[in-house]
Amino acid sequence: MRLSLILGGLFSGMAVLAAMLSFVWTPAEITQLAIPDKLLPPSAAHWLGTDQLGRDMLSMIMVGARTSIAVALVAVVIGMGLGVPLGLVAAARKGSWLDETIMRGNDLIFAFPSLVIAILITAALGPSAVNAIIAIGIFNIPVFARVTRGSALPIWTLDYIRAARVAGKGMTLISLQHILPNIANILIVQGTIQFSLGILAEAGLSYVGLGAQPPVPSWGRMLAEAQTMISIAPHVAIVPGLAIVVTVLGLNLLGDGLRDALDPRLRGSR
Amino acid sequence: MRRYLLHRLIALGLSLAVASVLIFSVVELVPGDPASYMLGTGAQPETVAALRQQMGLDLPLPLRYLHWVGGVLTGDLGHSFTYKTPVAGMILDRVQVSLPLAVMALALSVAIALPIGMFAAARLGRPGDTIMMGATQIGISLPNFWFAMLLVLLFAVRLRLLPAGGFPGWDHPLAALKSLILPAIALALPQAAILARVLRSALAETLGQDYIRTARAKGLSRSQALRRHALRNALIPVVTILGMQFSFLLAGAIIIENVFYLPGLGRLIFQAITQRDLIVVQSAVLVLVAAVILVTFLVDLTYAAIDPRLRQR
Repeated sequence: MRLSLILGGLFSGMAVLAAMLSFVWTPAEITQLAIPDKLLPPSAAHWLGTDQLGRDMLSMIMVGARTSIAVALVAVVIGMGLGVPLGLVAAARKGSWLDETIMRGNDLIFAFPSLVIAILITAALGPSAVNAIIAIGIFNIPVFARVTRGSALPIWTLDYIRAARVAGKGMTLISLQHILPNIANILIVQGTIQFSLGILAEAGLSYVGLGAQPPVPSWGRMLAEAQTMISIAPHVAIVPGLAIVVTVLGLNLLGDGLRDALDPRLRGSR
Repeated sequence: MRRYLLHRLIALGLSLAVASVLIFSVVELVPGDPASYMLGTGAQPETVAALRQQMGLDLPLPLRYLHWVGGVLTGDLGHSFTYKTPVAGMILDRVQVSLPLAVMALALSVAIALPIGMFAAARLGRPGDTIMMGATQIGISLPNFWFAMLLVLLFAVRLRLLPAGGFPGWDHPLAALKSLILPAIALALPQAAILARVLRSALAETLGQDYIRTARAKGLSRSQALRRHALRNALIPVVTILGMQFSFLLAGAIIIENVFYLPGLGRLIFQAITQRDLIVVQSAVLVLVAAVILVTFLVDLTYAAIDPRLRQR
């Protein structure tokens, strides 16, 4: 389905663009408080209205996009950087104690309620965007390890891998030269999904006060601050929520579209 | 089957042991000394030292770990520093909120997902399918705490039908149930979206099988074949997801419990972290993780009982 690719690219592209643009331009200064202008509904001057301190919501959303995207993206990089090599090793040494240890370790991390542990980690290390990244990144590792191992195993049985082994190539070289390129598309799709989950997780952590700290704006904290004002000024709660939904939806659609585009065999299976 | 069971039991024990070590270590990393936290900034160093000794904080780490685990195995989860009550009792109180909430959310999630998944599978690739799958995509993308806020805005603030938060206790069963409705919906909807997608793809896979073709050839309609033959065979992946979702709902309600000010297990852990009540954090997280590991174990055993092929692993 090409539509999901287009819509997904459009939605997630919008978030990325807003984040990039915020480095050079925002409609208003987000450090500029204007209490008399607080909780204004959307208007020509403030397209998305103002918050409880009179700050322009559109500007806050744009700068907040940076936090969400940066945290989720780096968490994916951590998950891929550690999970993919682990999965490759486990697949190359299938059945060995190494494989067994890696996979049981994976199962163990999966058994932990991720949100509770993320909260525990951020509490232990102190609330900050960096610690949110670590907390989310740790739970990305087993996901990538499992996907990598699962998709690498069938490739190891193929004839050209046997040929490479007969030709004297070692496990590492085969993993890097033959296995990795063949599973790259699956990893890209998984990366998109983890990216979207990371944005949701970051929002949740910031919502309970364990993500990026003030004055750095984040969508989750904007929602937390809006909660008490939802009955007087619903837009302060609706706008950040919509930003999260649009970004996450965009990434999910992008993941779906990419999977269909990259692997014709999977087309229509989901 | 007996060998398989033994194998799984050893793995279960090992997982629980490793989990307890991990939890203990992470909690140890939490900065701040509980004793000085309890006594305040003006306390004499000698008083703090005495309290540390009384709380067993002066013992070496491995000894404290063994002490804790030994207690847990005999049902003693320690004493809360802030509430001065046994942790086991506190956890039991909180489970009375978290467990019914998780069960309600899971039931709701199945009730929503089942018809949607079957509807979509019966119309594979047709507009009805596309619309339903688009809707589930939105469901998956919803942060549940934001959805919860919107529910409060509509049902509590505008329509005044349901409470916006709090929990009256089970002495008032009707009011208690009412206060769990919105949180359960908020938890269930994103889960239902995932479940509906899994169900649809599992059904789509079985629909291509020969026995479905046979059933169709005998004159069954597409949806009759779906209900009578495909559904049962598509249940394995669905049960897997259900097992995972149950543990998620039990533990992952932490944010939703915060939105609705529900005195559940998640909120207990969250509050205990902010109060540096480490023994509560440690024991409550262990109870949650153990529950998750046990649910996974039971789900695995159920499979092995249903499908002998899975015992070979």
